[in-house]
Amino acid sequence: MKAKKGLKLGLSALAFSVSLSAVAADDVIKVGVLHSLSGTMAISETTLKDTVLMLVEQQNQRGGLLGKKLQPVVVDPASNWPLFAERARQLLERDKVDVIFGTWTSVSRKSVLPVLEELNGLMFYPVQYEGEESSRNIFYTGAAPNQQAIPAVDYLINELGIERFVLAGTDYVYPRTTNRILEAYLKSKGVADADIMINYTPFGHSDWQTIVSDIRRFGSQGKKTAVVSTINGDANVPFYLELGNQGVSAEDIPVIAFSVGEEELSGIDTGPLVGHLAAWNYFMSAESDENFAFIDKWHEFIGDTNRVTNDPMEATYIGFTMWTKAVEAAGTTDVDAVRAAMYGITIPNLTGGYAVMNTNHHLTKPVLIGEIQDDGQFSIVWQTPNGVIGDAWTDYLPDSANIIADWTAPVNCGNFNIRTGRCSGQNY
Amino acid sequence: MKALRFGSLMLLAWMLWTPALADDFERLLQPLTSNNMAAKAQVVQKLADTGDARALVIFEAILDGNLHFRRDTGELVLASLSGNMFQLRDPYTGESLGEAGRREVSRVNVNNAIRSDLRTRRAALQLEIGTATDRRNAARRLMSQIDEELRPLFEGRLQVESSRATRRYLEMGLALMDLQDTDPRVRMAAINTLDNDLLPVVRRSLTPLAENDPNEAVREAAQRSVRDIDTLLKVNRVAENVYYGISLGSVLLLAAIGLAITFGVMGVINMAHGEMIMLGAYTTYVVQLMMPNHIEYSILVAIPAAFMVAGLVGILIERGVIRFLYGRPLETLLATFGISLILQQAVRSIFSPLNRQVTTPEWMSGSFEINGALALTYNRFYIIIFSLLVLAALMVLLKKTHFGLQMRAVTQNRRMASAMGIRTGWVDALTFGLGSGIAGIAGVALSQLTNVGPNMGQQYIIDSFLVVVFGGVGNLWGTLVGAMSLGITNKLIEPWTGAVLAKIVILVAVILFIQKRPRGLFALKGRSVED
Repeated sequence: MKAKKGLKLGLSALAFSVSLSAVAADDVIKVGVLHSLSGTMAISETTLKDTVLMLVEQQNQRGGLLGKKLQPVVVDPASNWPLFAERARQLLERDKVDVIFGTWTSVSRKSVLPVLEELNGLMFYPVQYEGEESSRNIFYTGAAPNQQAIPAVDYLINELGIERFVLAGTDYVYPRTTNRILEAYLKSKGVADADIMINYTPFGHSDWQTIVSDIRRFGSQGKKTAVVSTINGDANVPFYLELGNQGVSAEDIPVIAFSVGEEELSGIDTGPLVGHLAAWNYFMSAESDENFAFIDKWHEFIGDTNRVTNDPMEATYIGFTMWTKAVEAAGTTDVDAVRAAMYGITIPNLTGGYAVMNTNHHLTKPVLIGEIQDDGQFSIVWQTPNGVIGDAWTDYLPDSANIIADWTAPVNCGNFNIRTGRCSGQNY
Repeated sequence: MKALRFGSLMLLAWMLWTPALADDFERLLQPLTSNNMAAKAQVVQKLADTGDARALVIFEAILDGNLHFRRDTGELVLASLSGNMFQLRDPYTGESLGEAGRREVSRVNVNNAIRSDLRTRRAALQLEIGTATDRRNAARRLMSQIDEELRPLFEGRLQVESSRATRRYLEMGLALMDLQDTDPRVRMAAINTLDNDLLPVVRRSLTPLAENDPNEAVREAAQRSVRDIDTLLKVNRVAENVYYGISLGSVLLLAAIGLAITFGVMGVINMAHGEMIMLGAYTTYVVQLMMPNHIEYSILVAIPAAFMVAGLVGILIERGVIRFLYGRPLETLLATFGISLILQQAVRSIFSPLNRQVTTPEWMSGSFEINGALALTYNRFYIIIFSLLVLAALMVLLKKTHFGLQMRAVTQNRRMASAMGIRTGWVDALTFGLGSGIAGIAGVALSQLTNVGPNMGQQYIIDSFLVVVFGGVGNLWGTLVGAMSLGITNKLIEPWTGAVLAKIVILVAVILFIQKRPRGLFALKGRSVED
């Protein structure tokens, strides 16, 4: 049954791209979807492709945008980083799309970025990331480190009384940068060197025996210990399994994760994980009418009530909704006009507050801490009282403390040094 | 502590149902429906103080996660999901309150702190009235609390407790409290009672005494004890690392045995080997789907099923593609790589790109505790045994059966075998099927350790080749020794270098080794090598 569903979706995606040539270009607004549908990242990115298609369908049912129908153009960069740049060029030059929703990993975003800047395209990036970037042509609707990692650590220190920290991550740019920021932040909070353990593992690491036993030992010295995990997607399953098997419970050593959401948990039995934490800007369990409507719509679109929603989906939703608002305000899909109209746009997010787009191309939105439940959902145990303003350049690293991003006059720069008053040569 | 008070009060209340003023109790519960965790923690405290038996019901329901409240009225109910609706029951009487939709009720959420508090309170109660296992777990949990208020409870229980393990925990708990005693003789006796136990709490509690106990004899005894514990911990760590190494080795062995047949014996560079493992893992998933009520035995059914599925696919690949490419290693490599991509995408289309959930049976979860610091996980233990069984079975098949004889004949001298009337083509197909089938079996085992997803095979393909080449092509003993030595070396250097560097070090070491001995650890000698 599932197979049929997948096939149907695939076919409909194909039909979308085929129907492309049939309609005259003037009657439609083209929405590019640049997510991997095959290869390693397909596991995360296909969901976002479906989310965009759902949002497009919904918008068309409401009568489209500026009196025109929206038409999705789906391409598959196949988890191949250089191919992302090629596909982006194809979307902008050949298909002449008005906006792109896409990419997941930082390396794929960095690969697309020069193309976007060269051709003055517009892209919405929906995933939490390490920051240290603000491009004129990209809006970042996922969390910057200060909207996920920093509040999470604050929660550990203030609410749980944690004194020792294990920073465990997969060995690539996002965990490395995040852990560098966190280490600096923890030290500024007075945590000693000896109370911080940093550990990196390869992609898809599956043998966690040694590391979990190290964590167990590190946490048995009397001080309350927690693991801050930037372990990437897949590798989490064997990690949590090993924690459970070695008898490390969330009450002894809680793990707070930045890459584990509802979708990742849908592949495992969460019984042994109850009480471990995650920090996001959205949880499916948020009880707001917007969220209920979104979930219902998603289930209807995908035809399976067991499918979950997650944070990058909300970020896609926010990006898409903001873009439609900005197009309506600007009265055109011209990139520069839409970009100018984006700043200050405010829409209800799905957790019951508001999301605001700032001039540094990052959002203001709330941060939530959830505990894993036995049904694979999170129970929200804490949330920031107000929205947190996304900070493109973190204040906790010496290289970026003086740098701000502001894409309105007079600064008009994504990499502006307030000490020297100069914009760096690069555009991001 | 409150734990004790709660325990005895609850016990009292258990026997005498004393309904307090209903309104008071209900009012106490109100903050449970809020989102304020601090307020909820206070509710738990206050409920315990009332000594009302209904509190116990509420606590159990919170711990079981089925205490909900109606979103409109805030009324507390027990709810369990059946299908798309919640079945509601009254928390105190258990009488049915009908159904409610998913969004009409919310769960009473608690955090780790509250959950942990509740468990401790429950433990105090269970130590009195629980079953033998409950009492042991309760004693173990309470032991590390080191709270003077627990002393009467522990002493009382020690009088009547019959289980040795529970008694030991109770004695240790009392000794840990005695470490704080003002009388040096009592402290000394406590150190002796603790007897260098490896539970972390023991070393933690002894350290302050070893550093600054006013009494010299006690201080020295504590220092000695801490030293002995440290020595034991070191020994334990080595033992632990060796176990981890053997366990990693057994995973490598499982992944590589199939390849030792297809690559080692037949000489086919089979890049789709990892996908055979994946097919085995997905077979496990499908088997579990088909027998949802017998998950405990599903693994046993999955093993032959995975062998059949992967084996048949293997035979198809051999008949359909590889047999046309014998003697052209480069083309075989490319063709099988292509097949691996096709299989991955096929699985992605059929089962979705998302990972699938394979449930671990109860008997494979948890760990066997050897002492306070060393615990061996069951799933790894079973996989070590399993991998050796598979290897042994394969050895017997090769050495003792007619098919094994034919197989060896064909690989050693194809023409001669053909002349003796062996249908070499079919032997090739069956051999390839055998190798693939064993990879499928490996997939069943690996599904218990890691993700079951379309890409899982790629993780193991490099490792498998590494093991086979290192161990010596065409030699099953070599595969065993190769897998185990790579696994153990990896785990022994991992604590020093970290997981990333350990992998690199191993890879470099194997490359250097191959330079020195191009045919691996156990090189085949004789005429067959020259072909």
